[in-house]
Amino acid sequence: MSSPVLSLRGVSKSFGAVRALAHVDLDVRTHEVVAVVGDNGSGKSTLAGVLSGALVPDAGQVELDGRPVTLASPGLARALGIAAVFQDGALCENLDVVENLFLGQEVTAGPLLDEVAMEKEAWSLLNKLAARVPSVRVPVGALTGGQRQAVAIARTLLGDPRVVVLDEPTAALGITQTAEVLNLVERLRDDGHAVVLISSSIVDVQAVADSIVVLRLGRTNGVFDADQVSYEDLIAAMTGATPVGRRTRPARREENVT
Amino acid sequence: MTGSTHPRTGAPGPVGGLSGLRSLLTQRMRSGQLGTLPIVGALIVIWLVFQLLNPHFLSSDNLVNLTLQSAATGVIALGIVLVLLVGQIDLSVGSVSGLAAAVVAIGSVQLGWPTLLAVVVALGVGAVVGVLYGALTTRLGLPSFVLTLAGLLVFAGLQLRVLGPTGSVNLPFRSTLVRLSQQGFLAPAASSAIVAAVVLGYAAMLMVERARRRRAELPVASPVDLGVRIGALALVLGSSVAYLNTNRGVGVTFALFVSLVAVVDLLLRRTRWGRAVRAVGGNVESARRAGIPVRRTFVSVFVACSTLAALGGVLSVGRLAAANQATGGGDANLTAIAAAVIGGTSLFGGRGSAWSALLGVLVIQSISSGLTLLNLDTAVRYVITGLVLALAIAIDTLMRRAREV
Ligand SMILES: Nc1ncnc2c1ncn2[C@@H]1O[C@H](COP(=O)(O)OP(=O)(O)OP(=O)(O)O)[C@@H](O)[C@H]1O
Ligand SMILES: [Mg+2]
Repeated sequence: MSSPVLSLRGVSKSFGAVRALAHVDLDVRTHEVVAVVGDNGSGKSTLAGVLSGALVPDAGQVELDGRPVTLASPGLARALGIAAVFQDGALCENLDVVENLFLGQEVTAGPLLDEVAMEKEAWSLLNKLAARVPSVRVPVGALTGGQRQAVAIARTLLGDPRVVVLDEPTAALGITQTAEVLNLVERLRDDGHAVVLISSSIVDVQAVADSIVVLRLGRTNGVFDADQVSYEDLIAAMTGATPVGRRTRPARREENVT
Repeated sequence: MTGSTHPRTGAPGPVGGLSGLRSLLTQRMRSGQLGTLPIVGALIVIWLVFQLLNPHFLSSDNLVNLTLQSAATGVIALGIVLVLLVGQIDLSVGSVSGLAAAVVAIGSVQLGWPTLLAVVVALGVGAVVGVLYGALTTRLGLPSFVLTLAGLLVFAGLQLRVLGPTGSVNLPFRSTLVRLSQQGFLAPAASSAIVAAVVLGYAAMLMVERARRRRAELPVASPVDLGVRIGALALVLGSSVAYLNTNRGVGVTFALFVSLVAVVDLLLRRTRWGRAVRAVGGNVESARRAGIPVRRTFVSVFVACSTLAALGGVLSVGRLAAANQATGGGDANLTAIAAAVIGGTSLFGGRGSAWSALLGVLVIQSISSGLTLLNLDTAVRYVITGLVLALAIAIDTLMRRAREV
């Protein structure tokens, strides 16, 4: 196995009395999707924040290529090749697709924006993801949830980051749109990115992840190989219950009971 | 999605013809961004109705007056468009314009300053007010609604203090400011040349853009589409200017107002600052995460708004050859804000255009001028303008709801 690009070593983070993360370890490699699953409030978004520079841990270390780094801001993390899509969206609904993709990183020609260059690059980013949008000149507010998520993911690819962190990209999406987003995730991996996929849907995670990290009450409660682990084992690790039910039950049929 | 797909970029090809136009319209309606279309329609209806009621309404003489009356309020409304775009409001533009008017009048008449100096000082006062608003909203998080309401009182008070005990200062008619505002008209040759230059410049810009898009293998507008756009601009601009030129012509202050609108439009659509303004108005948190300097954007917008309000005050001093306690008072404040909203800029932030200042103020002044011609008094004018504003807000809210479904 290749050495990890990005690692967390014993990371802890508290909000007042709430211990959102406690001694968490995580390794992220290129060409690999690491899934992070856990119940509501288990610390998944906090973990995404630490990975992407939005939050600075109270204790422990973030290592990039084995060297400790301080990710003081999302901008700095981006500059170091780590991009993120946050759970509560990061798009401006009134701006069109091109405007959103390049927000804060606009291409200019002299004092004016170079719309032609940006529009061209926008298409090539979206094509790389095989993402379908009706037009890059409609406000993203007029797009479907899946298309918006595709735009948000395409946005992370500007500047070709090594690590892409996605916090619940399939939440609130229908079956087809979820499948589309999961395809995007696989494409990111195939293009050589290291992907952290945060999700509360075990089914989604088993479909695309290479390894699965379970968070429970801010602690790592098991790291599994996605091909080996069963649905019940994951549920057990997430909830702390001992595995119950028939082992033979096909996991994929258990969709979206949550 | 229908329409051909571009072979190389995968971009959908251009849709042309009437069906293309109709699908564009329905798509825009659904996504809740009709732009300036409804308001242009409303303006035409208003003009036709008043013309039927009084044949003098569309006379060149009355339209020249209309443009002269529109400049000061329009400039103030332009500032309001900017604050509305970032999702804020400035309720004090009237008293800031009144204060600037007082400063110009006192400076040039009683203190004997050169006109230019007096104007610069007045604009400077506006800019300082904007910096204050910007700092207090971004650093302390004060809501601009209440902050500028407080400012309204403070600056109205300062205006009274600056004007002194007489409460009114008249400017001599030979003053540059008065002459420019009342009798300053572009020579017919000059205004025609400007129209030609603008149309040619616009055409050149579209051609260059089209060539660049073609080279980048992006879908390009059809030549017909291009021709229609250039022709429409030439027709609207050319015929308005030609018609005004049959009377006194295009007023300098109105020309200044329209150029400011065009410049702000360019800034909003084609610069990083403009993009930041619209992003902040759309979603502050997203803008911040995208690395937009949110605070600086807010401050710059408040400064622009107050400075434009001050300029509006200066223009009204020129037009009325006086500054008094009523300048910027009464309905001046609300008219400017109403103009921006009637012109189609959303109260909910992030959506609108600089042109809504021009369209909105034309609607309001047309109603006012039409009712005056019919010998109807201020009472009727207030009621009708209020109803139009209510209608505009209703449309804005419905559009927003349409977007959210
Ligand atoms: N900014 C904050 N201030 C205070 N408490 C916070 C903050 N962010 C998170 N928390 C708390 O930390 C814990 C972990 O939150 P986190 O958002 O990481 O959970 P999550 O696993 O992403 O949950 P969900 O599935 O609902 O998204 C929760 O108890 C939450 O209330
Ligand atoms: Mg979360």
